Amino acid sequence: MDLSGFRDPEIARGLIDAINSAEPGREIKLMEVCGTHTVSIAKNGLRGVMPEWLTLLSGPGCPVCVTANHDIDTAIAIAQRPDVTLTTFGDMMKVPGSYSSLTREKAEGRDVRIVYSPLDALALAAKEPERQVVFVAVGFETTVPLIAAAILRAQEAGLTNFSVFSSHKTVPAALGALVNDPDVKVDAFILPGHVSTIIGLEPYRFLAEEYHVPGVIAGFEPIDILQAIWMLVQQLMEGRAEIEIGYRRGVEPQGNVTAQHMVEQVFQPCDADWRGIGVIPGTGLELREEYAAFDATKRFGTIDVPEPKEIKGCQCGDVLRGIVLPFECKLFARACTPEHPVGPCMVSSEGSCAAYYRYTDYGKPDA
Amino acid sequence: MRSDRILLAHGSGGTMMRELIDEVFVEEFAEDALKRLDDAASLEFSGDRLAFSTDTYVVNPIFFPGGDIGRLAVCGTVNDVATSGATPLYLSVGFVLEEGFLVEDLRTILHSMRDAAREAGVHIVTGDTKVVGKGHADGIFINTAGVGALPAGRDLSGSYCRPGDKVLLSGTLGDHGIAIVSIREGLEFSTDIQTDAAPLNALVAAVIEAAPDTRCFRDPTRGGMASTLNELAAASGVSITVDETLVPVDPQVRGASEMLGYDVFQVANEGKMIAIVPAEQADAALAAMKAAPYGDNAAIVGEVAESPSGKVYVRTAFGATRVMDMLVGEQLPRIC
Repeated sequence: MDLSGFRDPEIARGLIDAINSAEPGREIKLMEVCGTHTVSIAKNGLRGVMPEWLTLLSGPGCPVCVTANHDIDTAIAIAQRPDVTLTTFGDMMKVPGSYSSLTREKAEGRDVRIVYSPLDALALAAKEPERQVVFVAVGFETTVPLIAAAILRAQEAGLTNFSVFSSHKTVPAALGALVNDPDVKVDAFILPGHVSTIIGLEPYRFLAEEYHVPGVIAGFEPIDILQAIWMLVQQLMEGRAEIEIGYRRGVEPQGNVTAQHMVEQVFQPCDADWRGIGVIPGTGLELREEYAAFDATKRFGTIDVPEPKEIKGCQCGDVLRGIVLPFECKLFARACTPEHPVGPCMVSSEGSCAAYYRYTDYGKPDA
Repeated sequence: MRSDRILLAHGSGGTMMRELIDEVFVEEFAEDALKRLDDAASLEFSGDRLAFSTDTYVVNPIFFPGGDIGRLAVCGTVNDVATSGATPLYLSVGFVLEEGFLVEDLRTILHSMRDAAREAGVHIVTGDTKVVGKGHADGIFINTAGVGALPAGRDLSGSYCRPGDKVLLSGTLGDHGIAIVSIREGLEFSTDIQTDAAPLNALVAAVIEAAPDTRCFRDPTRGGMASTLNELAAASGVSITVDETLVPVDPQVRGASEMLGYDVFQVANEGKMIAIVPAEQADAALAAMKAAPYGDNAAIVGEVAESPSGKVYVRTAFGATRVMDMLVGEQLPRIC
């Protein structure tokens, strides 16, 4: 697909000019809740070309960043079993848990391997039947269908050495929690692109209908994001609150029904602990009873996980809710850098702190 | 050679090592100095000063689209010597071979080295081989060291960049890194990206001739252009800004980088040069680069400013600015 039109400088400038010439007569705060948006906005320097009255906030859009310490500690505890080969997406490797990280565990000799897809983990399980292969499933609705597919295949193949540690989370209810949070000041949402490809637009309707908060589903090219911003500014100026699809080439209103069915077959909602926000009911996904055989939390009996410990001074929780900008965190670029991260927002490639650190000068002490 | 695989005995200093040297190394390299098999090569030299560089090559996989570890080992050191403005002359080569390594693969690598050396006009004059037990080295590691002749008065340095200077790039970014990643297990997407590994001493010489006040050259290898420009900005105490629209990138490389979540400015190159040239000589330098081998896609991509000291920026297609940051740790793919 030729995406060059979505980077066309003329179209971009047209949108930038339109946004800058608007006169809403008030401050507007827009929040994106998708790690890819976080990076795209920072990498394209979009904040620098927005008007004074417009603030672009980053919310809890990085599934790695919102993984609670306890979940990371659990993955580590599972990895410490000598019979386990722990497989994970690369992004989880460097995230600090309460006492360690998967990178550290790997350096100390645990069998931890990076895979690019749960199907790779499945292939590994088939190839090494003497190992218990556990896949760490972290991600929003975008990645869940693939994990569901892997579990169904494992069942079909009769594999007894493949299991999943699900730390999946779903987005829409988390947005409701943000809207209800008195500390969070958001006027409208730039909604995630690929999550919406799966779930469509229905799950977001409550934002507009119950809370009068507009949302536009946006793609990832700079022009997609600029267009979404423009659509939101217009809605706010006109007093409308609707959920619109900006990312028309990637999202249909009903979403991907096949993927939704596959997920419903294998998973059911549960409560989930979001770093910085706390437990949000119904935003987690756990394996249904019929698939308990593939649930890593059930396969190994009691797993000894130490008491979670938060790191003093780490403000990831506030950064994830858009209450504190990354460079306002006292640890930013001092004790907490990509080389020596304190919290996940700095180490994840889609974390807000990492995006600010890499692509902006904000708050960095002079070289 | 009776064995088709390298054995521990081939590194022992005895008759089997002799067999390896005579029938494989000397036969493939065919250099006069090498054939004498003295412990040290005595070489003619007529420069003012010596430029000297070394590098060790551990690339995995050892064979990749468009090249192999052998070609890299010669081009990499030739290029490092050339960046000082010296004419590369002689290379030494040291091998660590893993027990079980296929002799056929060794011959292929040596051919590549010989061909690259010939292309660069350098001679491989001395070498060493060790063999370690199975599992103690990843197939083959190669060290090359190179010497070159610096003419009197030639003084290039990364600390000489000045406000107003132009940044030149000799060709497309990211080809080598993406070529390597494209055949790593689990990432086989169909591209025909090849490594760009190439000797650039002729290109460097041509640019110096056309633009004698060139401040420095550097090849953007590991860490890519981002590391190189950040190093230069820090060494010279200047700021550098690159215009994204002027940087040549192969569309397949761009597509692959995005799919993997790589910043193409941080992807490794093995056949590209960055040159910092005073503004009034930039056009002449560019013309020389374009006419030189491997410089077809050369471009002026940015400029040097006084401040903020040590910072490197990218100007995007629609006029926004962001920082060009250095790579931290391993490049890891995205999660969703």
